[in-house]
Amino acid sequence: MTVATQSPRTARIPLDKGGARRPRRVRRLLGRLLPLGPALLLLAVFFAGPLIWSVYTAFTDMALSGAATTEFTGLENFRRMFSDPVFVKSLELTVIFVIGSAVIGQNLLGMLLALILRGRSGAVRTIVNGVVIGAWVVPEVVAGFAWYAFLYKTGTLNAILGHFGLSQDWLYTMPMLAVILANIWRGTAFSMLVYSAALSDVPPELLEAAAVDGASSWKRLRYVTLPLIRRSIVSNLMLITLQTLASFGLIYVMTGGGPGNASSTTPLYMYQEAFRFYQLGYGTAMALVLLVLGALFSLIYLRLIKLEDS
Amino acid sequence: MSELASEQSGTALTRMRTERRRGGRRGAASGITSPKKGPAALASYAVILVLFLAFLLPFAWLIVSSIETGSGLNASPTWRFTLANFKAIMNVATVYQPMLNSLILSAGTAALTVICSALAAYPLSRFHMRFGRSFLYTILFATGLPITAVMVPVYSLYARFNLVDSEPATVLFMTASSLPFAIWMTKNFMDGVPVSLEEAAWTDGANWLQSLWSIVLPLMAPGIVVVFIFTFVMQWGNFFVPFILLLTPDKQPASVTIYTFFSQYGEVAYGQLAAFSIIYTAPVIALYGVLTRFLGGAFNLTGAVKG
Repeated sequence: MTVATQSPRTARIPLDKGGARRPRRVRRLLGRLLPLGPALLLLAVFFAGPLIWSVYTAFTDMALSGAATTEFTGLENFRRMFSDPVFVKSLELTVIFVIGSAVIGQNLLGMLLALILRGRSGAVRTIVNGVVIGAWVVPEVVAGFAWYAFLYKTGTLNAILGHFGLSQDWLYTMPMLAVILANIWRGTAFSMLVYSAALSDVPPELLEAAAVDGASSWKRLRYVTLPLIRRSIVSNLMLITLQTLASFGLIYVMTGGGPGNASSTTPLYMYQEAFRFYQLGYGTAMALVLLVLGALFSLIYLRLIKLEDS
Repeated sequence: MSELASEQSGTALTRMRTERRRGGRRGAASGITSPKKGPAALASYAVILVLFLAFLLPFAWLIVSSIETGSGLNASPTWRFTLANFKAIMNVATVYQPMLNSLILSAGTAALTVICSALAAYPLSRFHMRFGRSFLYTILFATGLPITAVMVPVYSLYARFNLVDSEPATVLFMTASSLPFAIWMTKNFMDGVPVSLEEAAWTDGANWLQSLWSIVLPLMAPGIVVVFIFTFVMQWGNFFVPFILLLTPDKQPASVTIYTFFSQYGEVAYGQLAAFSIIYTAPVIALYGVLTRFLGGAFNLTGAVKG
């Protein structure tokens, strides 16, 4: 995809210039493009190649199990996918996971932390930042273990909630809530950092002027701060959505997609079909749907920012 | 408008100025919380405390059970401390080999990524090319591509060319997947080196490679370190890619073997799992410390990214 959208533009350049000096210009341009070579080669082979390949594979019955012949099956994979209740469920779970943990959880909590830590003393800020960023820096798998232990039936949370008679086996009774909470914990730091940086660019004079005019702190946030940082909000939403959409390790370690398929989001179901049952064609078709889902979310965000601008 | 306002209510402004000074950095008279407001300040400190504890608690089990005997899955301390868990796993098969594999994969990827992105960033930063802007946006878009979705086609490609279970091939894929973001970061760092410094070298007949190597790169050395460490940390924690592409346990990095350990012995040896997790996490925490020092605070990491 990367290169596919790229090449027509590259090709257009010599045409635009034209004239007698064209050969020399082309040579100079090629010389300048030379350093891009290694990176472009790697991206073409490992990104664009597999993506184009995946578009082909998605329309075949390719499997890794013995059978050497791969047949073109047209839309069969897609037909099968949307009549597969587990897949449709996984798509729902993915959307719930993305909206619950990224759009609502990480985004709002990150914003809250950035706002509330603003203007705190150095020590409070450093300690809270340290713990929140710590959760972000810890490798995915370790975060999965930590939350598995935290939510286990004899784990820390139940030891605390047991005093109030609220303990239960979270990973079985509400696996989606469990993985959503874990992902909020893990990803909030990113939104917090983005919003802290954005907030520090808001001119204090504007807020002061608004305060002097009698705007409450909520109104200052709603009508001064948020409109000023809306671009950061949109790009943050886009990045965390795409990251969360692809989240695999955390859920895989905590619940393995279970119990049953209760927390099997599309990446987990795709893994199961492609690598456990060797249905590469079917798995690839799911990967394409995942990419389309990501593109849909991005389009919504871009649309939002256009609406705000006009 | 603000001048008029300041005449009218000088006291409010003075109050805000003092708040600003107390708040440090750039102005505290903002957002939903300004300090020095009695109950409101107390409430916001309560919120901070609750959030702090919520973020801290999941870590508790890791630390507590790694240094206790017979630890289970909860963090209530038994106050019988031991290093037995660490001793039990400190052997070649469990810790040393996987950690070495992680080091090779992550450092190899980081080195290759830095080289390719420094080269690629040079024309993007130095020449105003017609498609430069759209190339950068494509790169930024590729940053967001879900790697998970690319893995199935990559696997079938690797399977076809017999590259599954090959470490160099895995490094190449990891490099390709880190490149978009690394190019974006490197380009932003390179933009900070003024072109005028290079012009002298150009008039002396230096070509782009000489000027990149002897003028630009030395001046942006901290940026190069940041890109290296960032890539290293990302790949150190990468679970899915080596999990799919490397099959032999001897070749797998710690991110994968620690999961295998968990699914095989986890039920019986939680203390050891916690100890392994801590050993595996320690380098990343240390490197993140170095990273923030280089950038002068975590703030600037996003600053470097913002563009």
